Order: sequence, then C-alpha cells, then structure tokens
Amino acid sequence: MAHGPAKGISRWLFTTNHKDIGSMYLWFSFAMFLVGGLFALVVRAELFEPGMQIVDPNFFNQMTTMHGLIMVFGAIMPAFVGLANWMLPMMIGAPDMALPRMNNWSFWILPFAFFMLLSTLFMEGGGPNFGWTFYAPLSTTFAPPSVTFFIFSVHIMGISSIMGAINIIATILNMRAPGMTLMKMPLFVWTWLITAYLLIAVMPVLAGVVTMMLMDIHFGTSFFDAAGGGDPVLFQHIFWFFGHPEVYIMILPAFGIVSAIIPTFARKPLFGYSSMVYATASIAFLSFIVWAHHMFTVGMPIAGELFFMYATMLIAVPTGVKVFNWVATMFKGAMTFETPMLFAIGFVVLFTIGGLSGLMLAIAPADFQYHDTYFVVAHFHYVLVPGALFSIIAAVYYWLPKWSGRMYSEILGKTHFWVAFVGLNLTFFPMHFAGLAGMPRRIPDYHMMFANWNMISSVGAFLFAGAQLLFLYIIVTTIIKGRKATDRVWENSEGLEWTVPSPAPYHTFSTPPEVK
Amino acid sequence: MLMKAKRLTALLLAPVVLMMSHQALAEEGGRWSYNMPEGVTPVSQTIYGLHMQMFWWCVAIAVVVFGIMFYSMIRHRKSRGVKPANFHESTTLEIIWTAIPLVILIIMAIPATKGLIQIYDAEEAELDIMVTGYQWRWRYDYLDDDVSFFSNLSTPREQIQGLEPKGPHYLLEVDEPLVIPVDTKVRFLLTAADVIHSWWVPDLGVKKDTIPGFINESWALVTEPGTYRGQCAELCGRDHGFMPIVVEVLPKEEYEEWLAAKREEAEAIRALTEQTFTFDELYDRGRDVYNRWCVACHQGDGQGVPGTFPGLIGGISVGPVEGHLDVVVNGVRGTTMQAFGSQLSEVDIAAVITYERNAWGNNMGDMVQPIDVFNFKQDN
Ligand code: HEC
Ligand code: HEM
Ligand SMILES: [Cu+2]
Ligand SMILES: [Cu+2]
Repeated sequence: MAHGPAKGISRWLFTTNHKDIGSMYLWFSFAMFLVGGLFALVVRAELFEPGMQIVDPNFFNQMTTMHGLIMVFGAIMPAFVGLANWMLPMMIGAPDMALPRMNNWSFWILPFAFFMLLSTLFMEGGGPNFGWTFYAPLSTTFAPPSVTFFIFSVHIMGISSIMGAINIIATILNMRAPGMTLMKMPLFVWTWLITAYLLIAVMPVLAGVVTMMLMDIHFGTSFFDAAGGGDPVLFQHIFWFFGHPEVYIMILPAFGIVSAIIPTFARKPLFGYSSMVYATASIAFLSFIVWAHHMFTVGMPIAGELFFMYATMLIAVPTGVKVFNWVATMFKGAMTFETPMLFAIGFVVLFTIGGLSGLMLAIAPADFQYHDTYFVVAHFHYVLVPGALFSIIAAVYYWLPKWSGRMYSEILGKTHFWVAFVGLNLTFFPMHFAGLAGMPRRIPDYHMMFANWNMISSVGAFLFAGAQLLFLYIIVTTIIKGRKATDRVWENSEGLEWTVPSPAPYHTFSTPPEVK
Repeated sequence: MLMKAKRLTALLLAPVVLMMSHQALAEEGGRWSYNMPEGVTPVSQTIYGLHMQMFWWCVAIAVVVFGIMFYSMIRHRKSRGVKPANFHESTTLEIIWTAIPLVILIIMAIPATKGLIQIYDAEEAELDIMVTGYQWRWRYDYLDDDVSFFSNLSTPREQIQGLEPKGPHYLLEVDEPLVIPVDTKVRFLLTAADVIHSWWVPDLGVKKDTIPGFINESWALVTEPGTYRGQCAELCGRDHGFMPIVVEVLPKEEYEEWLAAKREEAEAIRALTEQTFTFDELYDRGRDVYNRWCVACHQGDGQGVPGTFPGLIGGISVGPVEGHLDVVVNGVRGTTMQAFGSQLSEVDIAAVITYERNAWGNNMGDMVQPIDVFNFKQDN
C-alpha cells in the first residue's frame, strides 16, 4: 500500500497523487503568472509616457487581452485549484481526492489550452485583440482569424475547471474523516466547496457563449448580429452571467486562506466562524443576480438599472461582514508578523479598498462616469492583486514548510512583501486618479493630463515585477536548502494538516484520523 | 537602519525625480488632475455630488475599520507580552455590523435612484442629434436640419510618433467638432455602424454605448458655452484610443449662424458632383481623402496589414472600375471594409478611387468622375 512516487517523467505524466497534481498546478500557474506579467509590462512600458513608442496599437490590444485572459484563467484559477489539491484532502483527513484519474486529466489538458492560446500571437492577423471580455461583434465579425483557436482553448479551460470542481465537491462531501462535520470544516474547505458549485454553474455558460460566437463566425447564425435578428447586448448578458460569479470564484478561496492564516498568527480562534460561512453563501447567491452592473451604460430600461444597482449594493454587506470578522479576530490577540501574516494583513487592508471602490461603482449614476475608465481598472486590480494574488502568495509561505519540509528565509519573505506592497500601490493607486480625471481603459496613448499618474504606475509595475522574481528565488532556494521545518511549523497552527510530518509524506491519512 | 531609510527614500523619490524632468517638457497644466469634473450640465453635477458623497462614506468606513485594525496591530502584538483573549463569537456584533452598512446603503440608494431617474428623462428635447460610431470616427446627423458630418481625430501622426512636440489638445482634437447651442435640451440618439463604441464626454455627464442595429438615448443641457472633450470608452478595435469627441457649445445666435454655414457647405459639395475634374485635381484630393479615411487600415504605402487588412497594390484596384466602385461604395459585408457610399461625398469617392488606381505603382492611368459615382449609386 504505502509505495512512493514513480521515477522520472512518468511520475508527473501519470500521477494520480493529489500532492503531485497540486504541485504541478502551482508551478504551472506560476509560469503563467510570469507570462501574463510580461505582457502587462509591455503594456506599462508603452504607457510610460504619451506618444506611441514601443508597440503598434493592434499589438497593444493583443497584450491587454492576453494579459487579462492569462492572469484570470492561467494564473489565479489554477493556483487555487493547486492549493485545493494539496490542502483539501489533508484538511479533511482524506487519503486523496475522490476522483484521482480525472484529477490528472483536468490538469494535463491545461498546458495544451494555454499553448494554443499563446500560439495565436504568432498566427496571421495576430492573437485575440478584443479584451478579456471579448464583446461581440468585435470578437466575431471583426475578429482576427485566430479567434477560433481562442474559442477552442476557452472550451478546454472550461472542461478542466468543471472536472476540477466536480472532484472537489465529491471529495469534500464524501471523504471527510469521522467527526469532521460540515460546520467543523476549515473555512478554506467551505469556501472551496461553494466556489466549486459556482464553477459548475457558470463555466457551461461561458462555454455556451463562446460556442454561440463560433456559430456566428463559421456557421452563419446571427446570435450577436442585429442584421440577422440577433443582439450584441445579448452577448454581454451571457458573458457577465458567467463573469460576475467568476470574479467571486477568484476571491472566495482567498477568503478561506486568510481565515486560516490570521487566527494562527493572532493566536486566537477565528471570530464568527458560522457567520463567515453564511456570508460566503450569501455572496455566492448574490453573485448570480448582479451581473448587469457591468452594463449600466448599454441602455437597459431604468427598472433593470435599479434592480442591478440595489443588488450590487447589497453584496457589499456580506463582504463587509467578512472584513469585520477578520478585524475582530485580530483584536486582543497576540500577534506576530511572519510573512504569511504580512500578506494576509495586506490582503485585508487593500481588498477593503477595492471593496470600497466597488461600492462607488455600484452607484449606477456615478458608474456612467466611472465605467470603462482606469477607475474600474484600479478597482479590480485592488481586489485581484492584493486580493486573490496576495492570498495565494500568503498560502504558499504558510504551507510551503509543510509541502517541502523546509523553512523559507523570513528576511527575504518580508522583503518580498514590502517591495510587492509598495510596487502594487504605486502601480494601482494612481489609476483611480487617472480614471476619475477621464482616462478610458484599453488605450495605448493618452493626453498629457494623465501623464504623471501613468508614469508612476509604470515605475510601480516594474518594481512589482521585480518582487515576483524574488519570490521565485525564495521558493527555489527554500526547496533546495531551506532549514528543516517542524511538523507544527507555526506556534499556534491548528488543523489536521499540521498533525502529519513535514514534509508531508507521499500518502497521508491512509487510515482516517478521528476528529475530536 | 539609516542605510535602510536612505535606500527607501531613494526608492520613493525615483518616480518623483523622473516626473520633474518630464514635467519640464510639458507646457500643459493639470497634469495632476485627480478627480471627476463637476461638469456643465445638471446631470453631470448630480453625478459629481453622488460621487463625492459616496467617496466620503467610504473614507469614513475606512477610517473606522483601519483605525481599529491598526490599533490592535500596535497594541496586541506578542512582542509586547500580551496574552491572547479567547472570544470568538458575538451575535450582537454580527447584527450590528450587518445593520450599519445596510443603513448607509439605504441612505445612498435614495439619491442614487433620483439621479438615475433624472438621467433617464430624455423627454421634451429641443434638438435631436444622431450619433453614430464608426471604426474609428464619429458621425453626427442633425435630424431636423439636414446637416450631417464626420468627426475625425486631427492630431498629426508626427505628434503621435514623437517627431513633433505634442499640442495642448493632443489626441483630444478633431477636424469638425459637434456643435450645440447653450441652454438647450439636446437629445442624442446613439448607434454604431460596425462594432460597439461608447460616446463619453465627462463634462456633459454623458456616457452611452453605441450599439450596431440598436438606438440608445441620452441627453444634455449645457449651461456654459465652451469646448468640452471626451473619448470613445468602449474597446472598438485598433484605433479605439484615437477617436476623440469634441463638443463646442455656442450661444444660440452663433449656433444658428454655424448651422446656416453648414447648410451652404453641403449645398456646395452637392454642386461639385456635377463638375468635371482634371486627373491631377482628383489625384491630389484623393490622396487627402485616403489619408483621412483609409490609411488606418490599408496603410500609407498601400501595403495593408498582412492577415487583417489587404494591400491595395494590384487586385481590385487594377481591375474594372465597377468592381472598385462596388467595394468602396457598398463595402464588403461581414468584414471591416465599410460601405463608404453613405459616408463620403461623390467627389471624395471619385477622388480616392482615382488615387488608388494610380498610386504605389498601380498605373491604370484612368480616372473616375463624381458623376460616375452618382450614376453607379443610382444603378446599384
Ligand atoms: C476598418 C478598416 C478599413 C478601412 C478604414 C478601409 N478599408 Fe478597405 N478594406 C478593408 C478590408 C478588411 C478589406 C478586405 C475585404 C474582403 O475581405 O474582401 C478591404 C478591401 C478593400 C478593397 C479591395 C481590395 C482588393 O484588392 O481586394 C478596396 C479597393 C478598399 N478596401 C478600398 C478602401 C478605401 C478607398 C478606403 C477609404 C475610403 C478603405 N478601403 C478603408 C478594411 C478597411
Ligand atoms: C464590495 C464588493 C464589490 C462591488 C460592489 C463591486 C462592484 C463592481 C462594479 C459595479 C463593477 C463594474 C464597473 C464598471 O465596469 O463600470 C465592477 C467591476 C469589476 N469587479 Fe467588482 N465589485 C466588488 C468586488 C469585487 C471582487 C471581490 C472582485 C474579484 C476578486 C471584483 C472584480 C471585478 C472585476 C474583474 C471587474 C471588471 C471587469 C471588466 O470590466 O473587465 N469585484 N465591480
Ligand atoms: Cu461584477
Ligand atoms: Cu472605442
């Protein structure tokens, strides 16, 4: 029974081990993160000052589009799936994921999807240049020929996500150790369970909308073409019916991570566990009825406008509850500030700023001025970079000692945090100002009144990129030569994952543990 | 510690220093504009009010939340020898921090609803203007006055490529602005000819998507004469960043004068259709038309962009005149090649076709007269 990993490349190709698959997801997402980051640097370099200096406007559009697609589907989502693979079985006391072979498959189709997506950049007419939201008819009638490959790769990513989600639900519902009732599960497990349902609900919608595009492009239908009786706005409704839950898919697991880290370093149990669970569920529910807040300017009837405005404002309530609970957890604790805690606190502060700008965007009349400007770019980067991304980085620092059996260097980790923190605020804070002053998003050149903010942003972006190279260095050196970690790793860590040795053996919990 | 502080200041100062040298290059003030303009219409002022009100609520929430958080980060740290408390639940607290945000939101929802009702009230307009988005220019039709024209970016390419210093209205200037009278409720009917665009002028508080096949509605009542600038706000392809909007608001009498002049101009262009031109006249006019209307896709050297926009050397440009007329007048359905028949005057179409048939080594030696275009349109 207790055999180790296979030797050589076949270990990785054929593995059904949740830890191996988790590692592959994490490395893959890190590679995609660097590629997507590179594209962002091309964008920021062009925007460093007014005038066209480095790239052609069409290539600029390909860079913004690919940056968005790769970061969302290639970096953030697979990273969370990687963390789920590593941690869920260990957190609930299961020996592996429920469907290990499907697990292998859902990972291995991803590299092909992204290889295909990236190869469109070298095709005649270039890659996707219609924004990560690919509004029709820009992405149908007016798209470069490579759009067909884009559609195919979105299909593959969708299949991968759906399989991953099914696996996660099956694992959590069926494989918990005796005594691990639903309301005893760590919040990371809870948030992932809810996220997985969101994925199953909306990925087919995404697949549907790209299939409709495919039909319009190649098979003469007119879903999104008014000349044939269709409607371009229909595209946006379908896209955002997927798209808004999608943004919560990228943040709910982050809530789970932060809810694990803050209690550890505050040495105090998570405040309001059950209200956290209910808040997560309400957010998930509300996320299905707010999609048209991305479409306040398309000319909806006023009744629709009002409904989506109220629903969007409402979603701030459970989000606020989360933030208040984290603060209450920290209150009267005995805090220390190791690297995972720094990233978690960075998360709470900066995610809150993103949530507050979200609240401003929810005010429909004001959104007429904000929409499609850099103000929106600032908003979603505040929720995604110090939000989703910081939580992933925090998770890596927090659990890397468990995965590798080795401790990272605290000095380097803290340096990483501070450089990233300064870099990202320099990059994204000025975008609020540029947007309010009137700078539209997705433009390669701009008037001088936006010049100073853009220059600061570009400097910040390169600083932030540098911090991530340091991250790579830290991970590699830790795995190779970090000092040995203890089993418990942190002074106050709680949960089943800390009861197994560090590094976690290839097979854990072959016999289920008893929970309390 | 000192070293660290020094390095930190250097790091923080770098962008500032960079900017100062940059600033020296700039003549224009307002490089630090950081807030939404209050604007010059009742709607833009309503929006500005809502924006500021919501902003201050956010500041208040942030001060409270971050205040408590930083207080506890300073006071409740292990290094100060504190013992952690063990409380972890309070239904009262949960109810309080659900209720307070809810109240704030209701307080905000009331004026927001009123604002929305105001924005949607486009009734009783005194002037109707049709706004049509094209890749990558705007067209304005004064529906009651038989005046219609296109508005193109007028910033020279040399400025964009950095060969010339940039003018004060870099990328925010057009050859023909939209002109409207002051103190008049103007209704905009918005649509598009190809992809979705979005017509946005911050000072007017108007942003509305223009959607091919559908007509949207918006309105503005400007209270101060002046020039107001905006841009397309929805990604619409390659030159999305290069289709600005300029609105010139004139006192009513001046507006009437402008309108009369505009009507005369249209009359004159129509008269040109009956005239016969020499080859050189057509060729020169054609080059100007080409550079304004066609270069973005087919490029200055007629080579096009491989895979996206075909070159014009050889092909239809050296085939029969009818075929050439057909492509330019009727466009090619399902591609980005638009029907220019309704966008350009007969003279301009004749000129640009003559130019294409004789430029870049296409030595057809023939020409097309405006009357040929007129006849072609009648027959097709
Ligand atoms: C938005 C981009 C765009 C603009 C602007 C544009 N064209 Fe085109 N043009 C195209 C595309 C795309 C085609 C190819 C259509 C097809 O697939 O047949 C084309 C084809 C043509 C052709 C046929 C070429 C051949 O040999 O097959 C001619 C002639 C032409 N355009 C003339 C013009 C003229 C004249 C103008 C300016 C008044 C102009 N185009 C502006 C995109 C554009
Ligand atoms: C308090 C909670 C939030 C509110 C009220 C809110 C509100 C909004 C609104 C109204 C918009 C549309 C703005 C526009 O385009 O005009 C928007 C855009 C966006 N939001 Fe949020 N948001 C919240 C939290 C989040 C979170 C948690 C995420 C993701 C982690 C997120 C990601 C995004 C993204 C990616 C966009 C832009 C999409 C695009 O146009 O490309 N938001 N938000
Ligand atoms: Cu949304
Ligand atoms: Cu545009």
